[in-house]
Amino acid sequence: MTVIQKKSENPIAHLSAEDIEILGKELDTIRQEIRDSLGEDDAKYIRRVIDVQRKLELGSRAALLVSMFPPAWFVGTVGLSVAKILENMEIGHNILHGQWDWMRDPKIHSTTWEWDMASPAEQWKHSHNELHHTYTNVIGKDNDLGYGIMRVDEDQKWHPMYLAQPLWNFLNACFFEYGIAAYDLELGKNLATKKRRANPEFRADARNVLKKIRKQATKDYLVHPVLSGPSFLPTLAANFTANVVRNLWSHSVIMCGHFPEGVETFEKTSIEGETRGEWYLRQMLGSANISGSKAMHIMTGNLSHQVEHHLFPDLPSNRYAEIAPKVKDIFDRYGLTYHSAPLYKQVASAWHKVIRLSLPNGWLAETTPKNAPAQVIKLVRMTTGGKKVRRELSRAAA
Amino acid sequence: MTTTVPRPTTARPRIALRDRVLKLAELVTTPLLPTDYLDLIDPLRSGADLRGRIEAVLPETRDAATVVIRPGRGWQGHTPGQYIRIGIDVDGVRQWRAYSLTSDRTRTDGCIAITVKAIPGGKVSNHLVHRTTPGTIVQLDQAAGEFVLPAQLPAKALFLTAGSGITPVMGMLRNHPELTDVVLVHSAPTAEDVVFGAELRAMAADGRIRLVEQHTDTAGMLDAPAIAALVPDLHERATWACGPVGMLEALEEHWESAGLDSRLYTERFRPTVLVTGEGGTVSFTRNGTTLEADGATPILDAAEDAGVLMPSGCRMGICYGCVLPLREGAVRDLRNGEITTAAPGDGVLIQTCVSAAAGACDIDH
Repeated sequence: MTVIQKKSENPIAHLSAEDIEILGKELDTIRQEIRDSLGEDDAKYIRRVIDVQRKLELGSRAALLVSMFPPAWFVGTVGLSVAKILENMEIGHNILHGQWDWMRDPKIHSTTWEWDMASPAEQWKHSHNELHHTYTNVIGKDNDLGYGIMRVDEDQKWHPMYLAQPLWNFLNACFFEYGIAAYDLELGKNLATKKRRANPEFRADARNVLKKIRKQATKDYLVHPVLSGPSFLPTLAANFTANVVRNLWSHSVIMCGHFPEGVETFEKTSIEGETRGEWYLRQMLGSANISGSKAMHIMTGNLSHQVEHHLFPDLPSNRYAEIAPKVKDIFDRYGLTYHSAPLYKQVASAWHKVIRLSLPNGWLAETTPKNAPAQVIKLVRMTTGGKKVRRELSRAAA
Repeated sequence: MTTTVPRPTTARPRIALRDRVLKLAELVTTPLLPTDYLDLIDPLRSGADLRGRIEAVLPETRDAATVVIRPGRGWQGHTPGQYIRIGIDVDGVRQWRAYSLTSDRTRTDGCIAITVKAIPGGKVSNHLVHRTTPGTIVQLDQAAGEFVLPAQLPAKALFLTAGSGITPVMGMLRNHPELTDVVLVHSAPTAEDVVFGAELRAMAADGRIRLVEQHTDTAGMLDAPAIAALVPDLHERATWACGPVGMLEALEEHWESAGLDSRLYTERFRPTVLVTGEGGTVSFTRNGTTLEADGATPILDAAEDAGVLMPSGCRMGICYGCVLPLREGAVRDLRNGEITTAAPGDGVLIQTCVSAAAGACDIDH
């Protein structure tokens, strides 16, 4: 992948500035139709999901009180994992987007909601709603691309440390909520210099994150195990498992949103003076969907409709499915590619990209069973050699 | 000067224990609160936000109904004549309105009642009168309002009401049978439109009140001199008036010119029609800044230009980083022209980056 501006075949070259503005108007119309039709059924939907989630969590935690019995452990762990996924995805993420603010219910509102996640809602709203959704897939502006720890684009210079990126990505997936918290804090950048470390704003944010983590950990790894008495250890293990399952799941879903092959990235300079139509277009090109059943959509918090979500981040998630055919139609009419595939395909595609970019440009594509030994030798030389060796070898490859 | 050290009360250790239990419960439920789970079981329990369950909707006239509500345990009771603010979801959106309490406080079932007249185009009043079903949970505020009888009841009373203005007065009449020398002058379009018509006529037949019904469709409106002619001992009577603003102003003027203004108590129902236009005066209540904004500039931009430090984010209406409570006024969504209004006491959250003033606005910031 390469930023869209440097591609030999620009997928939007056929669109005039006027086309893009008309496209924007069409999307505005879709948004307005949904806004106008929001009502009691939508309100009932989110209240029902919240109700089911809370009861499922209560039931699962109750089962885990006797988790020394394997069936109770199993049922409780599965239930808690599902409850945690629902809480983060269909409920927390979407409420914090302001999707349900129109109900004017202070209990279900982006300004009052807090979620079961290491990152406090306030900080996450800034880094996610403001940065990621405004600057979607703009290299250097949207940290969701690789979370600042990965090589996400051919244009980023390769370095041997990227060889470990599949491992980083897997570890990030297991402990995703902490990864998100670190990334919301811009930990890498803020720890880098003494001045930044001493910045009172950063210190206050960091304190809030630590406080939140402490509360979350106390709940899952101390209070509930203690309440389980003789089932202390099995409950601890169950809660840990549920958190890891939730983390792996949400990481996979989110990786599918912007990382599969074919999703475009953009240059920083390209968004200067961007119109609303151009913003819409960037969202269309920068997102990918997951196809699947209704249950699948709910479990992904309807991020399976990532394209629709990025076009209309504040429309209630239960409406994305109905918007999708209309959006697809716009893609077709304007000659754009609507990326959608089942979960396993999108996950595989995203992982393929992670692995491909962990290696020098072109290495994976050039490698065949025949030339494998030579390729490995080249990789070892590039890894152990200095900058100069790398430059020479990569130039030779190109 | 002497001071006394407050004695430790027996209640203190109990409170401390309750607090400790609550703290522990919070450790279990974080990031939610224990109340979030308890609300699933009993939304009306003590300690919960004040709510009520609608038990019945009883039609009074073709466009008015009495809504019987079982209030939560935190309900502190009311004085007849007072109103409550009720928050009800209409088409999924929480709307708050104030209605007078009309119930008899000696009801044995512990319920309270409000009486609502559906006004043309009224979102909430029509919903309450025509579409609400028993079992609905509503949000409540404690009773409020100064339109009440004094502790020392007047020997002679006069009530001047029009339309739904009868509702607080009915609350008084039902709860004060000891009030015996009462004249009630009530205006309504026709005899069928008189809310509580049958009950009022029965009270009149029993000799409890003297009832003067003015049916304005046929007989026109009563002005102050006409009322004075109808009630010759008007100057001896403490008077409570409730009805349209125009009527109240005329009455106040008349009572004042007669030197009787200390004996007149009035209640204005909030005018529901808000004048909206292009632009308006925007005041930031906590910050103290007031500015004139036009109808095309986002409030966020106008405020920043005026030097107000505003929360902001994407500036295109997607991130909700800029929302602030609109306490009173009207704003227009610049993306689609939609008008959002807030009545005093509301706190409708608006996205300042895509909202322009559509009238005077009070913003809590």
